[in-house]
Amino acid sequence: MHIVVCIKQVPDSAQIRVHPVTNTIMRQGVPAIVNPYDLYSLEEALRLKDKYGGRVTVLSMGPPQAEAALRKAISFGADDAILVTDRVFAGSDTLATSYALASAIRQIQKDMPVDMVFAGKQTIDGDTAQVGPGIAKRLDMQLLTYVSSIPALDMENREITVERRAEGGVQVLRTKLPCLVTVLEGNNEMRFATMANMFRAARYPLKVWDKDGAGIEDITKTGLKGSPTIVSKVFAPTAKTVKAEIIDTESNQPKDLAVTLLAKMFTQHPQLQREIGKSAN
Amino acid sequence: MSDANETSQAPKKPAGRRKFELDPALAAYKGVWVFIEHERGKVHTVSWELLGEGRKLADKLGVELAGVVLGTPGDMSRSFCAEAFRHGADLCYLMEDELLKDYRNEPFTKGLTDLVNRYQPEILLLGATTQGRDLAGSVATTLQTGLTADCTELAIDPENRSLAATRPTFGGSLLCTIVTLNYRPQMATVRPRVMAMPERDESRSGRIVEHPLGIVEASIITKVLEFIPDNLQDKPQLAFADIIVAGGRGLKKPENFHLIWELAKVLGAEVGATRPLVQDGWVEADRQVGQSGKTVRPKLYIAAGISGAVQHRVGMEASDVIIAINSDPNAPIFDFATYGIVGNAMTILPALTEAFRQHLATAKLAG
Ligand SMILES: Cc1cc2nc3c(=O)[nH]c(=O)nc-3n(C[C@H](O)[C@H](O)[C@H](O)COP(=O)(O)OP(=O)(O)OC[C@H]3O[C@@H](n4cnc5c(N)ncnc54)[C@H](O)[C@@H]3O)c2cc1C
Repeated sequence: MHIVVCIKQVPDSAQIRVHPVTNTIMRQGVPAIVNPYDLYSLEEALRLKDKYGGRVTVLSMGPPQAEAALRKAISFGADDAILVTDRVFAGSDTLATSYALASAIRQIQKDMPVDMVFAGKQTIDGDTAQVGPGIAKRLDMQLLTYVSSIPALDMENREITVERRAEGGVQVLRTKLPCLVTVLEGNNEMRFATMANMFRAARYPLKVWDKDGAGIEDITKTGLKGSPTIVSKVFAPTAKTVKAEIIDTESNQPKDLAVTLLAKMFTQHPQLQREIGKSAN
Repeated sequence: MSDANETSQAPKKPAGRRKFELDPALAAYKGVWVFIEHERGKVHTVSWELLGEGRKLADKLGVELAGVVLGTPGDMSRSFCAEAFRHGADLCYLMEDELLKDYRNEPFTKGLTDLVNRYQPEILLLGATTQGRDLAGSVATTLQTGLTADCTELAIDPENRSLAATRPTFGGSLLCTIVTLNYRPQMATVRPRVMAMPERDESRSGRIVEHPLGIVEASIITKVLEFIPDNLQDKPQLAFADIIVAGGRGLKKPENFHLIWELAKVLGAEVGATRPLVQDGWVEADRQVGQSGKTVRPKLYIAAGISGAVQHRVGMEASDVIIAINSDPNAPIFDFATYGIVGNAMTILPALTEAFRQHLATAKLAG
């Protein structure tokens, strides 16, 4: 069994700051991490490997620095890692990204057939959740998104059963390999890297593919050129012009403040009278 | 990292307003469509919210608004169409087939793609739900067009009649507006409760355009073995709560969170929280309000010990009335709350609980 896991290096959004005057992102010093959602997918893939044997290849498209994300994945137990990097990919939106990744996966397949592709549910910087479905479509694989567990995998009949989060419930689906899976968060936790794997990660001869290595056939489908969407404007959320009316009383005792607030609110928003206590018991 | 590959809709360098001529073949794409999402016989309310938004776009463009219903033959699918008319649709595209009983990526992608190719809408909106996102990504790739996810605002660019879709980026610290250039349809998803529910108009009706799916079950590889419905009783229902009392890190200790519950009980309210409290296990994840939690739009939102960080704000600022309790007079939450009390949440909350209790008692006496 051979699983390809697509991962992305992202800036740690918890540490991103916006310049208060220019409204630009201050990227300097913001650490790059593996997209947290990708780790759930990687862990699930590694569990399948533990159980059924086979290989896990991690694949990332990004700048040369994304190498760090791939080495991290090796330290967790992935077998191989491929970085797809080329200036032609700069400015790719999700459609162009899925084109490049699908093309790279076809190249991987020339060496060893791919049974499953795992991708993150979404990224924390883009949040689009579109790259996984895009790759599946391009490779004509069955798409299984928001998978919470994989109760059965039958390699002989090449069938997989998954539980998928749907609106209002869980769908139990059975399909054929090859398929593309995105994993829901919170159902597994990334294992610790073993000492042996950490050493391996440090020495691992990473494969680095440019556009030719990744087998890109039509360069107009990559990068800015291959992206139907463009960002026309970036701006900070506007502050509301009306600020809160601060409740003030002479005593400033909690009780007085509370009573004054209620009186004011029910005068200005009488409709709230009907809501309060409606479903209280 | 500025010259790095950006593999998502995180902003690249703003390209500005690019002048372009729409391909004549693409100029033929007309109308605004909303995918009517349903599961187990129930339409997801995000579809009605999208019809409300789609109505405004269609009016601005001077085109028709259509609902798209893919479902099983019979009354149910038709009742979905009727309901779409009442929420603003002029017409519905209806695809009926037994194969469309449960949502599955393959037949739904085929069905929606065929409809788009045949009837050519300029804008296609879907809910940013597990179903809508699954479908939107596949359909956009098949059609080779642009898709903007999780939009918070949709507008028409007056200069070129294209869809300007605004969404948060970089963890919500910034917003970006995304346009789809020479590609049609322009696709976008919107999360539930981000847009307001439109008025339902019982008198409205519209016409139905039917189109066949045209595939057989044997050709569909994925099978649904079972559907296990959620036990809704166990789950907090913040999205549709009329009143929410929410707490943040200003409550200091998990023991103090009961003050939130007590106020909520008197008001008959749901309880919400900020992300740090969820991460620290004070309350379950379903109670998180904000960008990576629930979007809510109650009539009254009471925020105690919450700073009002933008990631929290985007999830609750559509509330009708917001009361903020914070010890810091400069807390950002006072920039957008309706009423503010500067003070210690641990003493204000019980006072507020008591004041509401008395108000209710008096109201009851007054009958
Ligand atoms: C990618 C990303 C996604 C995120 N998603 C979410 C999300 O969905 N939801 C969310 O909530 N956050 C989210 N966050 C986190 C968000 O940025 C803030 O860190 C968080 O909302 C702050 O929570 P808080 O207001 O409880 O805590 P703090 O920001 O620490 O604020 C505590 C407030 O309590 C006040 N206070 C202190 N003592 C008292 C007292 N005795 N009485 C009254 N007030 C007091 C303080 O003045 C302060 O304003 C996200 C962050 C990132 C990076």
